[in-house]
Amino acid sequence: MQTYVGTPTSRVDGRAKVTGQAKYAGEFNLPGLAYGHVVVSSIPKGRIKRIDTRQALRLEGVLDVLTHENRPRMAGTDRAYKDDVAPEKGSPFRPLYDDRIMFNGQPIALVLAEDWDTAQFAASLVQVEYEKAPHVTDLRAQRENAFVTKRPSKPRGNASKAYAAADVRHEAEYLIATEHHNPMELFASTVVWDGDGKLTVYDKTQGVQNVQQYLCGVLNKKPDEVRVRSPFVGGAFGSGLRPQYQVVLATLGALALERSVRLVLTRAQMYGLGYRPETIERLALGATAGGTLDAITHEAIAMTSQYEDFARNDTGWADLLYKSANTDLVHKLVRLDVSTPADMRAPGAATGVFALECAMDEIAVALKLDPVELRLRCYSDRDQSEDLPFTSKKLRECYRQGAQAFGWEKRNPAPRAMHDGSELVGWGMATGVWEALQMPTAARIVLTANGHAEVSCAASDIGTGTYTIMAQVAADALGLPIENISIKLGDSTLPQAPVEGGSWMAASSAHAVGTTADAVRKELLRLAKKMPGSPLADAKLDEVVLADGKLMAGQDATRAVSIADIMRAGEVERITQEKTNSFKEDSAHARNAHSAVFAEVKIDEQLGVVRVTRVVNVVAAGRILNAKTAHSQIMGSVVGGIGMALHEETLFDHRFGRIMNANIAEYHMPVNADVHDIKVIFVDEPDELINPMGIKGLGEIGLVGVAAAIANAVYHATGKRVRDLPITLDKILS
Amino acid sequence: MINFQYARANDVADAVRQIAADPAAKFIAGGTNLVDLMKYDVERPARLIDISHLPLTTVEETADGGVRIGALVPNSDLAYHPLIAQRYPLLGSAILAGASQQLRNMASTGGNLLQRTRCLYFYDVTTPCNKREPGSGCSAIDGVNRINAILGTSESCIATHPSDMCVALAALEAKVHVVGPAGERVIAFEDFHRLPGNTPQLDTNLHPNEVITAVALPARGFADNYSYLKIRDRLSYAFALVSVAAALELEGGTIKEARLALGGVAHKPWRDTAAEAALRGQAPNQTTFRHAADLLLRDAKGYAHNAFKIDLARRAIMRTLAQAANGTPQSQSDKKIR
Repeated sequence: MQTYVGTPTSRVDGRAKVTGQAKYAGEFNLPGLAYGHVVVSSIPKGRIKRIDTRQALRLEGVLDVLTHENRPRMAGTDRAYKDDVAPEKGSPFRPLYDDRIMFNGQPIALVLAEDWDTAQFAASLVQVEYEKAPHVTDLRAQRENAFVTKRPSKPRGNASKAYAAADVRHEAEYLIATEHHNPMELFASTVVWDGDGKLTVYDKTQGVQNVQQYLCGVLNKKPDEVRVRSPFVGGAFGSGLRPQYQVVLATLGALALERSVRLVLTRAQMYGLGYRPETIERLALGATAGGTLDAITHEAIAMTSQYEDFARNDTGWADLLYKSANTDLVHKLVRLDVSTPADMRAPGAATGVFALECAMDEIAVALKLDPVELRLRCYSDRDQSEDLPFTSKKLRECYRQGAQAFGWEKRNPAPRAMHDGSELVGWGMATGVWEALQMPTAARIVLTANGHAEVSCAASDIGTGTYTIMAQVAADALGLPIENISIKLGDSTLPQAPVEGGSWMAASSAHAVGTTADAVRKELLRLAKKMPGSPLADAKLDEVVLADGKLMAGQDATRAVSIADIMRAGEVERITQEKTNSFKEDSAHARNAHSAVFAEVKIDEQLGVVRVTRVVNVVAAGRILNAKTAHSQIMGSVVGGIGMALHEETLFDHRFGRIMNANIAEYHMPVNADVHDIKVIFVDEPDELINPMGIKGLGEIGLVGVAAAIANAVYHATGKRVRDLPITLDKILS
Repeated sequence: MINFQYARANDVADAVRQIAADPAAKFIAGGTNLVDLMKYDVERPARLIDISHLPLTTVEETADGGVRIGALVPNSDLAYHPLIAQRYPLLGSAILAGASQQLRNMASTGGNLLQRTRCLYFYDVTTPCNKREPGSGCSAIDGVNRINAILGTSESCIATHPSDMCVALAALEAKVHVVGPAGERVIAFEDFHRLPGNTPQLDTNLHPNEVITAVALPARGFADNYSYLKIRDRLSYAFALVSVAAALELEGGTIKEARLALGGVAHKPWRDTAAEAALRGQAPNQTTFRHAADLLLRDAKGYAHNAFKIDLARRAIMRTLAQAANGTPQSQSDKKIR
């Protein structure tokens, strides 16, 4: 019997995707569809004095123009707009609610027309008169207004005193530019008017049930009146965790017209959604001459909107990685006239660990210690914030295997010492760390007598491979070939699932399937016991397994009955079970995934042009369900890390409070030419404490540390420390 | 994008007739820039006259030993055309440094000359821009100007011309053949594009209602000693921060003839004959190259985010001249700089 879990397995949805059969939110066609186009504000702050839609309405084919003045009724309380992922503090944005402008690119009207071209042309005819108010959008200019929003842990000891007394000190600020997710698929919603106020909403989202509950709250709908679906999502990286404004507008449009509506945002409009906030990170490390840390101060200052306090864990990671008796970790925010930031792959860690790992590299230089050696000397086997051991932490093994695969021992520690022709060669490394979370998730299994099973769950697969790993787990647990498993995802009417984010979906969904498969097995055994002369009459639940389409007691082939025979004897055509996973409460352990990233850069010394020629990313994340999809996921993260290190930067003109490169020509992400050799290694990390299957999740860990490893490699190559992302060639030459 | 009428031109005369009949009309060929600009509401033509079917698609040798390139020859076809690849590899290399294969398949020779700037403010109709809306002001001068010009700027405009191909054409002393209501004329390449002055809305010296029919190359192709080096913010598919076209003729250890043009630094492909003169008769070494680079950049002026381009241009000029002199032109597929 083949075991699917742990075997590299091609995506079960791969064929549907490459043949175009997989439909995305903006691709559902149906008769009578009306098309929307959004008008967005061109000022960052103020009021709409007058909005004149007459010219647009006169255009043939225009059905309606919705503004705050004539939209259908919406809820008037903050509570209604708080989705599962909304920041605790603040009043969520209410699209098309009133005349207030709170950020540039805010939606202020929805044009509805018989076809898309008419809608977008009509949108250009909507005339808006604003009453502008003074705005601030510059984090660096406003940093004096930063306020403390949270501390990941209580200060330990006295970090400033210990820093002052330290043998070797390093203090610096690291700056990370605002970044936008730029998923390939544009944000889109197709709202199907099912009649009688009932709606089916195809939405680009990472959480259909989050959107469903949100829409019901905002539009005062009963739960059975709104069904939200996202069978496929073309990338999201966190941008689809919260319901985005287009789903509200499209639904308002359908309600106003009593007709189905599709709304697809433009690429430029997507820059009015969430983003990774620009962040200033201050690190102060104090070390003993022997190369251990005695003081860690990490202060982050990040931007947020005026209406919500978005803050993630930038500064808490040192507690997990490096022993220090004295720490002071604090997160601060500056409120600006911008839209609220959003989670973007490894939110908090991507920025905070970048700064921490660059600072570690800098103090290693000051200590004249190899950067890997420094990390081993400072290695913490406990989460110091709670003083807890980890369920597992094979980070030492990551360093070891990474150094070996990369050839680290050949590194000349001196900057500017390694060359390849006219290029300077730099080798840098960094640590990555992320949480290993798991959430309550349910799955339904319908097993039919012909040995096929349908497994369903509301979860979205945003391209990560959720379809595939659920099929693998189900095939193993039900003892069926993977071809006999069909997976249904992305539908709010399916069993409960959290938003797909935080790297928790693999562990959550796999255990939901496992728990439900156990119930199926139990039901099969109940039926089997009733069979006349059943070889399983005395069998206990914990000794029977499903394999090769049979229920059998242990490995005893003589005590086996086929699923088909059991169901025929029991006179059932199908067995349906729906269960929710449950995890043991365990407050005695910290749960984290770890990685070590090694990067090689080659830099043309005269021109400052950087090529990232090699990256080795070694990941310890528990059991790897599918090395093939896992490898792709980490490889994609590394490309994201290359972008963060060298290319990505959302450019604001603070005079206008406006993003100036709201397109993917001038917002640079890596292209093929920027991506060279990427090696991904998973270390063997059995973890019996974290959950029964030992899964930690891979969504974020692959990105964390990549930008730091590259920045450290740039220093090693050039002797120039660039602390300001992205590392463009002018910063190297200056 | 606004609604517009669409018409096809049957021949060059018909194209000229149609454009002259409608002041709100524009030609469209490959559409690789115009369609984007229409989507951004920067261009709002009431009528598009499609010239993509005109018989201007040949590359042929001329009596004077040069080559005449039809205005509708796609950039891809031109880059790989044997006459260009063998005799004018500088031109082929520059073309391949630009855009993507898909865009080069669509983009025409004439259209490449008429690309509009990529200045961020030109594309954003909510901001002032003298090029888009004369008299509204230049937002880039005190704004986000990393990609803007350092040479030949004015108080009205610091936009750059974004083409790679045109930088090579400037170095090669191409000529632009145009036809208008007054008949045919030929424009030297250096006179084709303009500096912004106080009329930045005008990119070129084309007269109203003229259409480009061909680009002609003189016999001299510099096939032995040339290089096109493009420096940008990622290794492919980005506009130049600075690009350099260098072409040399060497004889007995000295530079007999030299051409030097820069992209990404000015409102037009920037060619400096004084810098070229400084190369002639000299030994091809770093001192010579440095002197030429300093001359070319003598009046360069940086702004808040692009002052680095002056030093970068100096370095790029020296490197490209060295590549040309050594006969090791920059590869456009391998991004390692030679």
